[in-house]
Parts: sequence; C-alpha cells; structure tokens
Amino acid sequence: MSEEKYLLEVEHLKQYFPVKEGFKKLTLKAVDDVSFAIKPGETLGLVGESGCGKTTVGRTLLRLYQPTGGRIVFDGDVLFDSEQKIDVDMHPYRKQMQMVFQDPYSSLDPRMTVEDIIGEPLDVHKLYSSKVERREKILSLMETVGLNAEHAMRYAHEFSGGQRQRIGIARALAVNPKFIVCDEPVSALDVSIQAQVVNMFEELQEKLGVAYLFIAHDLLVVRHISDRIAVMYLGRLMEIADADELNDNPIHPYTLSLLSAVPIPDPETARNSKRIILEGDVPSPLNMPSGCPFRTRCQYATEKCAMEMPPLTERGDGHFVACWNK
Amino acid sequence: MDNANLKKNFLSAQIDLSKFSSANFEKATEDEKRQQDVMGESTTFFKDGMRRLRKNPLAMASIVVLLLIVLIILVAPAFVPYSYDQIITVDGVRDKGSANLGMMEYSAREQAYMDKTGEKLFPHLFGTDGLGRDYFIRVIYGTRVSLAVGVVAAVMVVIIGIIYGSIAGYFGGRVDLIMMRIVDIIYSLPDMLIIILLSVVFKERLGALFEGTVLAKLGSNMISMFIVFGLLYWVGMARLIRGQILTIKNNEYVLAAKCIGTSNRRILKTHILPNCLSVIIITTALQIPSAIFTESYLSFLGLGVSVPLSSLGSLANDARAAMQSYPQRLVIPAVVICLIVLALNLLGDGLRDAFDSKLD
Repeated sequence: MSEEKYLLEVEHLKQYFPVKEGFKKLTLKAVDDVSFAIKPGETLGLVGESGCGKTTVGRTLLRLYQPTGGRIVFDGDVLFDSEQKIDVDMHPYRKQMQMVFQDPYSSLDPRMTVEDIIGEPLDVHKLYSSKVERREKILSLMETVGLNAEHAMRYAHEFSGGQRQRIGIARALAVNPKFIVCDEPVSALDVSIQAQVVNMFEELQEKLGVAYLFIAHDLLVVRHISDRIAVMYLGRLMEIADADELNDNPIHPYTLSLLSAVPIPDPETARNSKRIILEGDVPSPLNMPSGCPFRTRCQYATEKCAMEMPPLTERGDGHFVACWNK
Repeated sequence: MDNANLKKNFLSAQIDLSKFSSANFEKATEDEKRQQDVMGESTTFFKDGMRRLRKNPLAMASIVVLLLIVLIILVAPAFVPYSYDQIITVDGVRDKGSANLGMMEYSAREQAYMDKTGEKLFPHLFGTDGLGRDYFIRVIYGTRVSLAVGVVAAVMVVIIGIIYGSIAGYFGGRVDLIMMRIVDIIYSLPDMLIIILLSVVFKERLGALFEGTVLAKLGSNMISMFIVFGLLYWVGMARLIRGQILTIKNNEYVLAAKCIGTSNRRILKTHILPNCLSVIIITTALQIPSAIFTESYLSFLGLGVSVPLSSLGSLANDARAAMQSYPQRLVIPAVVICLIVLALNLLGDGLRDAFDSKLD
C-alpha cells in the first residue's frame, strides 16, 4: 500500500472453518481475502450485518483462530504468512494487541474479583515486581476507566453492564497495548451508557495513542468514533474509505443500502429520504454465490459479477471499492 | 419578596422559611454523599450457596445426622472396653456363654462377676454376635470401614474423573474423541467380574506384599475393590466433567484469557475448574453413598473385608443365618446403611439446589 508506516497490515486474510454436515465436509468461508491497514493511533471502523465475519476478522487478527491464509504484519513484524510459512509465537505480542469483548456479562469470569480480572494480564506477563505494585497498577487502571477503586474486591456480577464493560476495557489496557480490537463493545449496552463508553474509548485513544479496530453494526456509533470505515459483506471487504468520505459519497450499492437504513432523528427529513430495501436473504456462507457475493441482492448485477469477484480499486483519495459497475 | 408583609393563610402548606436559618440548608459534603451510596455486601459464590444450603431443613438435618455418626464412630471405641475381634472375657477367662446375647443383656458369668465384685461392667448395647463378640463395637467398626471406603473411593473417582474429563473437554477434537472412546470401552466392562477376578489375583500375588501393613487388615478383597473403583468408576465422573467443560470453555471469558496469553494450564485452573466446582461438589456428595452401597453389597456377597474386620455389609451377611432368632443383628447394620446413604443423598440434593443455579 502507501509508504506511510502502518501499525497493522492485513493482506488477503482468509479464515475458513470446516463444517460437517452428515457425511459431507463443507468449508465455511467466514473471512475471504480481506486486506486493510491501520496506522498508529487510528480507528478503523468495521461494519456489516450480523454473520458477515466482522468478529472473525478481529479474532483472527489476534490469532485466537489459526488463519487459513494471508499475511498479518504488526509493527513491522510478520506474525503470520501462509506463503512463507511464518507463524510466530504470539505470547510476546499479546502485550501489544488486546481485545474488548461484546458481551460484558459472559466476558468476565463470575468467580473472580475485579482485582483479579484486571490483574490477570499483569500476572501472565509478569508486569510487576511486588504485590504492592500490582495493586497500585490495578487501582490506577480502574481509575483510568472511571471505576471506583473501592470496588476492587467485588465480583463482576455486582456491577451494571456499563461498569462491567469498563472492567473489560481496564483488563485490555492492563498490558499497555498499541492496538485494541473492540468487538462490538457497546452493542450490548443501553444507549445512554453507549455514549459514555464510546466517549471513554476516544479519551483513552487521545491519552494513550492506541489504535482501534472498532467492530460494530451500528453505523452511527462507527461514524462517530472512526477515522476510516470498512464495510464487509459475507466475509468480503466491499468498501473502505475515510469516515466522512464514506458517509457523504458512498459508492458500493451495499454501503448505500446500509447508510439508508440508519435512522434519521429528524422526522421531516426521514419522511423524504428513500430507504433502499434489499431483496432476498443473505446467502448461506456455506453455499456462496460465484463471483461477487452481493450480486444476488444487487440491482446493478451483471453477468460479469457472477464470473469474478471484483477487486478493491481506488476511486480517489484512499477510497477503495470492490464493484464492477459503480 | 418581603415575607413579613404577606398575610399567611393558616391552611397553607407552604413552609415558613423564617423559622430556618441558612445553616439548615447546607449542601451534602462528598463524604455524606458517599454514605448514601450503599451497595449490598459482597458475596462470593460459595457464601451464597452456603446461605441457601442453611435454609434447607432436610440438608441441614442430614448434616447433623452425618456429623453424629462420624462423632460416634470416632469417639465410641475409646469408651467401649470391648474390641471388635475379641470374644468377651470375664476376669481373664473367655466367656463361652456370652454368645447371642440380646440388647443390654449380661451373660450369666458376667452377672456373677458383677454380683461378686460390685463392679459395673459396660453393657452390651446391641447384644453380642454368635461368637460372643460385642455387637455394638462391631457395628461401630463396620461403619468406620464402610464410610472410609465410601469417602476414599469417591475421592479417587473424583480426582481421576476431573483430570481425565477436563483434559478431554478442554482440548476437544481428536484428543476428546480418543479419550471418550476409551471411556466408552471401560463403561462396557462388567465391574463385578473384574472385582472377583482381581481379588483372586491379589490373594495369590500380592498377599505377601501387604503383610504387616494396614492394607493386610483390610484384605485383598478390599484392595481389589479400591483398584476397581480407581479403574472403572471414574468414567461417569469424567463424562460429567467433560460435558461441563465443553459448555464453560465457550464462554467469552475463556477467550479473553487466551487473548491475554494465559497458558492452558492456568485457564483450566483459574477459569474452568472453579466454574464447574458446583457440579464437582454435588457429584462427590452423591458418589459417596453409591460407593458405600457397592461396598455393602460386595461384602454381603462375601467379597468385601476379610474377617475378623467387619463392614456394614458383612455384618448383615453374617446375621442372615440367624435372622429369625436374632433379627436385631440384621436390622441394626441395615438401618445404619440406610441412615448414611439417605443422609448423603439428601445432602447431595440440598447441595445441588444450593449451588446449581440452573435449577432455580
């Protein structure tokens, strides 16, 4: 890509899962040929409907799954390359790449106190020299995410959803990472709490300079926090551009329909705006259509779309689109 | 506004501010505000479960019964001057007439001795058996053996089951497939046959090895029973733990721990096993009575402890011959078995209600 220094580069990432259906063995192409890059301190929003592989991208990046193919480069180090057969031990990199999970209820161990939950990454990477230092670090982390330090000895179930998510964020921050995958961190929260947590993510970014891959299905949230936005459909990247550019000048028909589905607060404008409603259902990822996966629901689809998947091509300053016809 | 000029309606509910000074309306300090910030007392999973258990009368009664039994079998031998393997001796002479005494009875010789010396001999609470041994102390020792077998066997089963089941469940895939097929094979082996075969082999081969140790006292039958428990009975536990772990390992907190870089060992130890603790506690409590039962029926069949040591099952078996003349000898061990097994089962049920929140 460009000459700028990227924190994370992902090229042609593939993640297939074998699925057994009776005696047949099928492959589920959860992520297929996805490429993007994230600069230090930047936020890349990743949107798409449920089941399109957003979460899988995040988890594959952190190597929670073994990628089927592609190349992952983090901070100049190649973490994975299927062609050169590079597959490094992730343990030292866990300190630099972390994840915040979607469900604040299941992502915290119910048998552990907040202190132990936040302290676990410190224990695993031996980031303290004494018990006192461990405790001090935990308390300062709790303060960073706006939790009352007095509650360190409490169990996760004693907190509300927003507070639990803060605990999860503190756990991710404990190792002082450069990059955090935020896997729909606000979608399980109440709208008013969502705003608080999103704002906290922004403050933390300013203060600590971390880069985010912010996965969400709520375009409004993503537009608010992201510098750039990538749109996914059925495991493929459809469009990637600066947040404002994507919002004002969407090119891909799928992005257009996604944007038209965003609720508009002003009823006057809402009445006059036309919503593009896609026909049909999302095809099964076990039985993907040939060529472009979106062609079955696309009003511009032609024969060429069925033949070949369109490559991501640049349509102006950093705006990439994968479509033959637009 | 000038308050003084206003003619106040005497029915008005308006507060007369002139009666208060500004000191009455001070803002709460941070400290005072915090006092309002009341949170319930922090409870752990264990405390919470125990609280629920305490509210269950059946379970509490079972605990009391079990504690009583344990207390009696620990303390009684210190007070009762008879031994489980000795025929009653009066004044240094074996008392042949002391066989088959009823409850609280004295033999003719004992009575004569007491009349002569004025000394009070310890009563035979449950009478004596056909060989003239005090039956109460035999029941006490029988209960000791049965409970010990139950607890040791259950602990063995639990330890093997946890280790095997957690490895199979956590690593999954091919490891799980192979390990669970082994379990299936073991499940299909007839346990009775193996106990009989093993005890025969042990009597031949290992009899000399155990000479002079505690194990010799228990007898080769007992040892083969322990080995059979260790070999065969853990499979149920292993299946159960595996099932639990399969569900727990899909929780996001396990993924989060992997993301942190936690080792598999630590994940199992700190995240997965503590979360299936409730199942482990419950199954252990239910495993003990089943082990006691197995021991009892094996002893009843003559495969249990070797004479002169007694177990509840062997006592019942010995009493069978004289069932019509001395029914108490059959009834007493049967009642003790029932009490222990019932109490443990009820306690197990109580523990399940208290710790397994899914049944709420």
